[in-house]
Amino acid sequence: MTVILNQSFTGISIGAVLLLIALGLTLTFGQMGVINMAHGEFIMAGAYTTYVLQKSISSAGVSLLVALPLAFLVAGAMGALLEWLLIRRLYTRPLDTLLVTWGVSLMLQQLARDIFGAPNVQTSAPDLLTGNISLGGGITFANSRLFILGLALLCVLGLTLILRLTPLGRRIRAVVQNRDLAEVSGIATGQVDRITFFIGSGLAGVAGVALTLVGPIGPTMGTNYIVDAFLVVVVGGIGRLKGSVITAFALGVLQSVLEYSTTVSVAKVIVLVAIVAFLQWRPQGLYTLRTRSLA
Amino acid sequence: MTTTTTPTPSVVTPPPPSPLERFRVPAGFVLGAVLLLGVAPLVLTDFRLNLLAKYLCYAIVAVGVSLAWGRGGLMVLGQGVFFGLGGYAMAMHLKLADAATTGETLPDFMQLYGSGDGLPWWWKPFANPAFALAMTVLLPMAVAAVLGFFVFRRRVKGAYFAILSQALAAALSIWLIGQQATTGGTNGLTDIQGFFGYSLDDPVNLRMVYFIIAAVLLLLMVLARQLFVSRYGELLVAVRDSEERVRFLGYDPAGVKLVAYVVAAGMAGLAGALFVPAVGIISPALIGIVPSIGFVIGAAVGGRASLVGAVLGAIAVAWAQSELSDAFPAAWTYLQGLLFVLAVGFLPGGLASLGVVLRRRRAATRTTGESA
Repeated sequence: MTVILNQSFTGISIGAVLLLIALGLTLTFGQMGVINMAHGEFIMAGAYTTYVLQKSISSAGVSLLVALPLAFLVAGAMGALLEWLLIRRLYTRPLDTLLVTWGVSLMLQQLARDIFGAPNVQTSAPDLLTGNISLGGGITFANSRLFILGLALLCVLGLTLILRLTPLGRRIRAVVQNRDLAEVSGIATGQVDRITFFIGSGLAGVAGVALTLVGPIGPTMGTNYIVDAFLVVVVGGIGRLKGSVITAFALGVLQSVLEYSTTVSVAKVIVLVAIVAFLQWRPQGLYTLRTRSLA
Repeated sequence: MTTTTTPTPSVVTPPPPSPLERFRVPAGFVLGAVLLLGVAPLVLTDFRLNLLAKYLCYAIVAVGVSLAWGRGGLMVLGQGVFFGLGGYAMAMHLKLADAATTGETLPDFMQLYGSGDGLPWWWKPFANPAFALAMTVLLPMAVAAVLGFFVFRRRVKGAYFAILSQALAAALSIWLIGQQATTGGTNGLTDIQGFFGYSLDDPVNLRMVYFIIAAVLLLLMVLARQLFVSRYGELLVAVRDSEERVRFLGYDPAGVKLVAYVVAAGMAGLAGALFVPAVGIISPALIGIVPSIGFVIGAAVGGRASLVGAVLGAIAVAWAQSELSDAFPAAWTYLQGLLFVLAVGFLPGGLASLGVVLRRRRAATRTTGESA
């Protein structure tokens, strides 16, 4: 019983990390169709922002709190710049965005290597987040993992509220559902694209801050998560936050349960087979946006 | 993207051939064959020729990429999987043959790391050279057929297909790394000594390997060209440009795409198999996500829709990579990134279309100049 509980909590915390990374992708990939391979490097930018802040602010707690909004802005600005420079030229060729942003990601990784050095660096977590909560009977939850879970849920809530309630959210949803109709209705779709990209990339930065609590910070840290995060969006369905949330936790728990009963590598393969099998049942993902589009 | 966007063909179509140009393709092919089989072995040192052999293996993958992606619009980001399956199938046989010549039954790494309970059952058939050779092509094709069947049947396409094929590459390399005792783990299968009885230490035999690789490349280019001009080739382009219309006309787009995907996988497998004797190693680092994207990038830089462009692009990028990355690792990475951004972002037809684009631009400025 203890094992099952601990294992499913591990799964939930893997899911929380996945969710945090996939949230930004749900916007940029799910809603805009852009395959942004540099998303992983925006995560890295968020992580290095935390690292730099800790150099100047000695209190780990304060620096973490400052890092969250700052990383959002830094990664968001990078994303908006990328959108303005390259991606807006490529909306008619979504698949090519993958290769172009891959080139950008190579350059950003090298930039990080030149600035911060190739070896991984470490930040110190605030005292509050270093311990464990014990529920008795050998069941323990790591505080940092709980923090990530909370952060992920907070981001989902915030994003949902923005998309549902604000005029900006309505414009974003309109552009996603029918770009041409939105354009003739007087929505500046180009501007909406840039803001959407800013938010999506900014969320990657927040994910980067969270990742400093669970692992080292290095130039290639983004690559480790990016494919899994894309799979979450694919399985969750285009442009559906609900789908991403359910999928992230489902894949996290599945992965961790399989890892326990087999090995890490076999678990990866089984998860992939499960995803292909799932797409047989629902080719458009868990939740789909109904359109009259033939594509 | 959920809105109805007509997929714009990202390819610059060449002008219709004039009578003079009818001999352009065969002449170009003969010239290429003379360069590869005659001139290169004469002027290049053994070391350079061996490097060229390695680049030609990437070029063989690019032939398949040009078919599946350039013509079929299938972004095949998992070619590393098929390259790896072919490579491992070949390497497993060569390792077993090496072991047999020294009187052992287990390859060297298994004697080090293996659990000591003999050869795994799935290694045993690879001792047979005919089986191993067949597997270098059939195994990748079978994997592609299974994945492609399920994916295309349910009309999973575009970005979804690209991500899935990428995930497959990640899964295979992670799995190989995990099975240290039977696959050599992170190191892969290294230190291959012989090639069907010929020692790979002997430069003469390495030259032979080069000739085999060059011949296979030329052969596959002829095959791909025949496919391109065939009825099937036209159907494939039709599926790329408007899958729904092809479906309404009564064809099965899933089958058309499956054939291109499976053929491209077979070519990548063959390339992997030939890579092993030329380089002497196959490892997860050569087949994961990064190299898989690399296979596609070379073709994109050269020109995905043009067979020659894709092949030359693959060779050029691989050449630049090994020439520049040793001398200026940092500068090369920036340059590489910039190359991808510029080539794919601003010249979708690749360098092969540069001439057409420039000619069209010059023509455009001339007309506007006259009208002004």
